[in-house]
Amino acid sequence: MNKEIVSIIQKDQLYNLMLKGERADGRAFDEIREIKIETGVIAKAEGSARVEIGDTKIIAGVKISPGTPFPDTPDVGVIITSLELIPLASPEFESGPPRENAVELARVTDRGIRESGAIDLKKLCIIEGEKVWMIFIDIHVLDDGGNIMDAAALGSIAALLTATIPAERYELGEDAPLPIRDIPVSVTAVDIGGGIVFDPSLQEERVANTKLTVISNQEGALAGMQKSGSGSLSTDQINHIVEVACKKAQDLREKFLEI
Amino acid sequence: MTDKPEKFIDENGIRSDGRRANEIRDVKIEVGVLSRADGSCYLEFGKNKVMAAVYGPREVHPRHQQKSNRAIVRYKYNMASFSVEDRKRPGPDRRSIEVSKVSREALEDQVFTEYFPKSAIDIFVEVLQADAGTRTAAINAASVALADAGIPMRSLVSACAVGKVDDTLVLDLNKDEDNYGQADMPIAMTPDGKITLLQMDGHLTKEEFKQGLEMAQEGCRQVYEMQRKALIDYYSKKTEVLATEATATKDVKEDAPEEPEDVTPVEVTENTEDTEKIDDTNETEDSEKTEDTVKTDDVEESEDSGEDVPYIDEIADETDGQMDESEEESFNE
Repeated sequence: MNKEIVSIIQKDQLYNLMLKGERADGRAFDEIREIKIETGVIAKAEGSARVEIGDTKIIAGVKISPGTPFPDTPDVGVIITSLELIPLASPEFESGPPRENAVELARVTDRGIRESGAIDLKKLCIIEGEKVWMIFIDIHVLDDGGNIMDAAALGSIAALLTATIPAERYELGEDAPLPIRDIPVSVTAVDIGGGIVFDPSLQEERVANTKLTVISNQEGALAGMQKSGSGSLSTDQINHIVEVACKKAQDLREKFLEI
Repeated sequence: MTDKPEKFIDENGIRSDGRRANEIRDVKIEVGVLSRADGSCYLEFGKNKVMAAVYGPREVHPRHQQKSNRAIVRYKYNMASFSVEDRKRPGPDRRSIEVSKVSREALEDQVFTEYFPKSAIDIFVEVLQADAGTRTAAINAASVALADAGIPMRSLVSACAVGKVDDTLVLDLNKDEDNYGQADMPIAMTPDGKITLLQMDGHLTKEEFKQGLEMAQEGCRQVYEMQRKALIDYYSKKTEVLATEATATKDVKEDAPEEPEDVTPVEVTENTEDTEKIDDTNETEDSEKTEDTVKTDDVEESEDSGEDVPYIDEIADETDGQMDESEEESFNE
């Protein structure tokens, strides 16, 4: 819906800037906006983080409690990720059950954490087939300034890194930090008239037809990917995004996240 | 659910289902299998069985979704409760919402939506039997169904997945490889190499990714040839039938020239629908056509039926990723 609101003039402007190798906010094509991460912001949550990327603000909270494992995986913990695009964050968001955009963001965030093996889920088994630790990652988007995807992924891993298993509260032994093995980082790029720009601002995200999110792990391998939007990408564009995204992810990891 | 096999690939490089690493499963494509839908396709991809139907361009409900300058494309991927081992709760879940979204986005840009303002093109895909790779099978079927519905498209879209098992890249994962493999990457692309769907989860190094992307593209190319062939076969057969019917109709009409449609066999009615579908965009032209039909004598009528043949060729052209020039013009009128 939002795409139609963007004026053709704005689209032309961004496109013309792109041809000159520029972006509206003066960044280089592969330059990521300023990032702020603050952890432990919610005392009641087992882990939490507030992330800002440019104007985008999200808050991620991790709650951990014992629960029943899935029958097909009786000896591993459970991760449940949800993300809500609440009306507080943008005039375009509506209340109600998550729509496809929110579902997609949540599922891609979840995929990054799960597929990179970030959490050692085997260590979250309490009694096989009966009781395991369930990890609920909930992401609240507070301000949509573009690229919620990367903010959500950063927020969730940052919150997980600071999370404690509340074993004492449930009389299941001593509190312990969550067993984290890897730090997946998501980097997103969009295609604006053939030019690839990273960490899209809201304006860029609206103008672009195609978005590619690349989630890479500590060793620089890929853990997840998602193309979003109705456009298409060439093989060269994809390879370029993958290359740059892995490098950027490494920078972010060194700067903000440590096990 | 079966347990994790010890080895996915034996010493001869053969996978558990007898394929080599770069082979896709057997594909069966049937076009025009549903009577009520404007276009349809039944597709089997290995043990996957999917049915796709396309309705439209048609009126948009709810009204507020309507776009003044183009058609909207809606895609609904739905898994039958009996399609998987443990009964799936009917109705949309988060997975199917995401699959529907990315699949729609894989097809949307290939449709000339600007030809049908204020209308909707609805794609419904039912997964009847699931065996890894349902979203790619669904996209393949949907793409053929769109062509069958006569929706003008820039090109067909073909999809195929690549994955990793035993540290080896394999094309088109089967169920075990999907469940216990190290990575899964479905892609969809057009015959000219534009990638319209790309998802990945698991673990791939950058080199593996590049190689995997190439493998999947090769898989897509094979699927594309099969989609193209299925459409051409179906419409060549239909053309033959129509040609025979046209001659027959001509004879019948000499007896009853006023109401040709009432006496004509079903096939001919179908063919009229097909022709009209193209003209749906232009109401004026449409009404003129109707007047024409009323006035037509036998000679003109037979010319009309003759027009169906190039239309069918156009379908074949679409599969080439090109629009027939004349068709494009008629839309812009």
